[in-house]
Amino acid sequence: MDGLTLILSRWQFAITTVYHFFFVPLTLGLGLLVAILETRYVRTGKEVYKRLTRFWGKLFVINFAMGVVTGIVQEFQFGMNWSEYSRYVGDIFGAPLAIEALLAFFIESTFLGVWIFGWEKLSRRMHLAAIWLVSISSMLSALWILIANSFMQQPTGFVTENGRLVMTNFFALLTNPNVWYQFPHVLLGGISTGAFFMLGISAYHLIRKEHVEMFGISFRLAAMVALIGSLGVAVIGHAQGQNTVRTQPMKMAAAEALWETEDPAAFSLIAGIDEAAQQNTFAWRIPGMLSFLSYNRFSGEVKGIKELQAAFEADHGPGNYIPPVAVTFWSFRLMVGLGTAMILLAAYVIFMLWRKKTIPTVLLRTFPLAIALPFLANTFGWLLTEMGRQPWVVYDQLTLADAISPNLSSGMVLTSLIGFTLIYALLMAADVYLLAKYARTVPAHQNTRH
Amino acid sequence: MDLNVIWFILIAVLFTGYFVLEGFDLGVGILLPFVARTDLRRRVVINTIGPHWDGNEVWLITAGGAMFAAFPHWYATVFSGFYLPLFLILIGLILRGAALEFRSKDEAPLWRSIWDWAIFAGSLIPALLWGVAFADFILGVPVNAAMTIEGGFIDLVQPLALLGGVVSLLIIMLHGAVFLSLKTTEPLAADARRWAARLWLPALIALALFVGLTLTLTDVVAGLQVPPVVVIGLAVAAVVALLVAGLFILRRRDGRAFIALVATILLAVATIFVALFPRVLVSNLDPAFSLTIANAASSPATLKIMSIVALILVPVVLAYQGWSYWIFRRRVLEKSDGLHY
Repeated sequence: MDGLTLILSRWQFAITTVYHFFFVPLTLGLGLLVAILETRYVRTGKEVYKRLTRFWGKLFVINFAMGVVTGIVQEFQFGMNWSEYSRYVGDIFGAPLAIEALLAFFIESTFLGVWIFGWEKLSRRMHLAAIWLVSISSMLSALWILIANSFMQQPTGFVTENGRLVMTNFFALLTNPNVWYQFPHVLLGGISTGAFFMLGISAYHLIRKEHVEMFGISFRLAAMVALIGSLGVAVIGHAQGQNTVRTQPMKMAAAEALWETEDPAAFSLIAGIDEAAQQNTFAWRIPGMLSFLSYNRFSGEVKGIKELQAAFEADHGPGNYIPPVAVTFWSFRLMVGLGTAMILLAAYVIFMLWRKKTIPTVLLRTFPLAIALPFLANTFGWLLTEMGRQPWVVYDQLTLADAISPNLSSGMVLTSLIGFTLIYALLMAADVYLLAKYARTVPAHQNTRH
Repeated sequence: MDLNVIWFILIAVLFTGYFVLEGFDLGVGILLPFVARTDLRRRVVINTIGPHWDGNEVWLITAGGAMFAAFPHWYATVFSGFYLPLFLILIGLILRGAALEFRSKDEAPLWRSIWDWAIFAGSLIPALLWGVAFADFILGVPVNAAMTIEGGFIDLVQPLALLGGVVSLLIIMLHGAVFLSLKTTEPLAADARRWAARLWLPALIALALFVGLTLTLTDVVAGLQVPPVVVIGLAVAAVVALLVAGLFILRRRDGRAFIALVATILLAVATIFVALFPRVLVSNLDPAFSLTIANAASSPATLKIMSIVALILVPVVLAYQGWSYWIFRRRVLEKSDGLHY
């Protein structure tokens, strides 16, 4: 193992994981929306809901396949590139992964097949049950993978034996507070992603005055869900940030580029960050605001990076325990900024719908572009979460440098990194082409039994 | 029975499920460009596995997760040690899954042709490399005292392991051909049957050769920690099952041929796992370095929790996956309406 292998492995993990998480949130959100539409179809028997279910279902399925195949890489690469991590945490981390597969993936994959191919073969209610099973199990899958991830953020219920972590309490994994901030945050982020996807494509058709009744329905549904989802993400995100101040103070200090401990602590809206000199060249600061964000009051000590670094050195010996500050700082701001834009946009649409006013076409034209907002916000959120934990892979327990597979050469990892990147780029091009094609074409009425 | 043994058996069951189920959908993928020449027939071929391939693949994901949870050292050693083969398998599975979904969503002949060959290559690579990997598990790989596989790709592609890969490739293709003959109508079914008739003898010879050479040229038998007669008996039974499958194929008894092939795969996977027991990965540097169900395992607490979860969920999974096969039991008709892919 050399330094280059570590860097290449990190890039590979980052690329494959960010890529995988383009598809996952859309599965979470669009699955729920399709299930809602089909429920309305079964309740009312109206043909328009069936056409909506078919239309959005097709986009859901194209996206779903990509989520599945890129997900296999996720499970394999812990062992492939991070074997020492796998040995160190296997007693704890493997269990939620296996449960995720047994409890969620099997239902998701089997019933999606049943749903796609079962329009003619199942009763309406059975067919509806299939899509709800797909939607619910996709959420269960998110829950179990976040239980695993939460252990990396906030380890609970373990002891260290012979240089490995050993589980002492399985239920501590489930009751880990981090899970119950992270899971709703991610889930609502996914639901918002599906909603903005639906909102943008519906707007595209409404501008062209095509199938106005049909896309009016999905536009209104999407706007409602987008507002609930993006507001929920923000409210939970705030609580999650406060939990992170308590449990991973270094992550929040880096995300705020707070070098010195302050009481009351000021919030930097933007800052010029000089990581080498460990200071900010400038900052637009709001006094007391960081204390307020951390504790809901305008005083209270927030620890700075330098003090936290000294504390880590006292515990774990000399070393650099500071995450990449600029990346964390800007990821945080971009995530929050994009999220705020989503809330404003959704609130505006709901306001206009409520007042029965027409949204100007000029504005409507921007909605398809706004599909990008949640995808970017999701990505920056994960960059903050994962980069902000560096150099730890399991917080306060195992560093990344100790986690890598010892047998790998940089040539092997370079090969796989190039291979994955090329294939992923190719498939992304094909996937976006198909999504755009099917988002634009509305099939004529289909004569099927239901 | 202690929990380590239960988990060893459970992982063997998960891999058996994977090879039996994904075996035929990989086989169908490899045969796709050859068994069907027209676009409509290719669509029919893909639709025979349409509702199932994704659910079949979850058996692999579950087996991997179970290895991680129950035997973290096994998972860590194998996945890091087989880095390049697993990378190729992943590329294959990614290409194939995307191709199955994408292929019929655009009319352009070039588009369809590209994805047809992606389905072919993405099915062929895993079918071949899983055989190489599982042969390596029993033949032995250079596992050192630190539970790490030394050396590179070349150490993994030993000649006999390559033969193991050929065996799995041919059996999987045969399994796919017989599955197609069950799920399609004439004349496509007859073409599939012809492919099965062509493939079964090479498959039988390759399997018999692999068993014979492993028994005579290697020290696999000497290293066994179970009575050799059991392992040899299972291996011979696998060969016999494949022979029986061939006889049914020649008599055009598609259903029975399929059952005999399921038995072949079951017995072949059983042979490998019984030959390993209680080891999970054989070291050819020093038998003492081999990974076992004892030294590779998780703590008893984790194994206990996972046992409860598995005992509840595995029967449920079997029930609803079986139900999904029942719903789609009919042959796929050779007409374009009603095809999803």
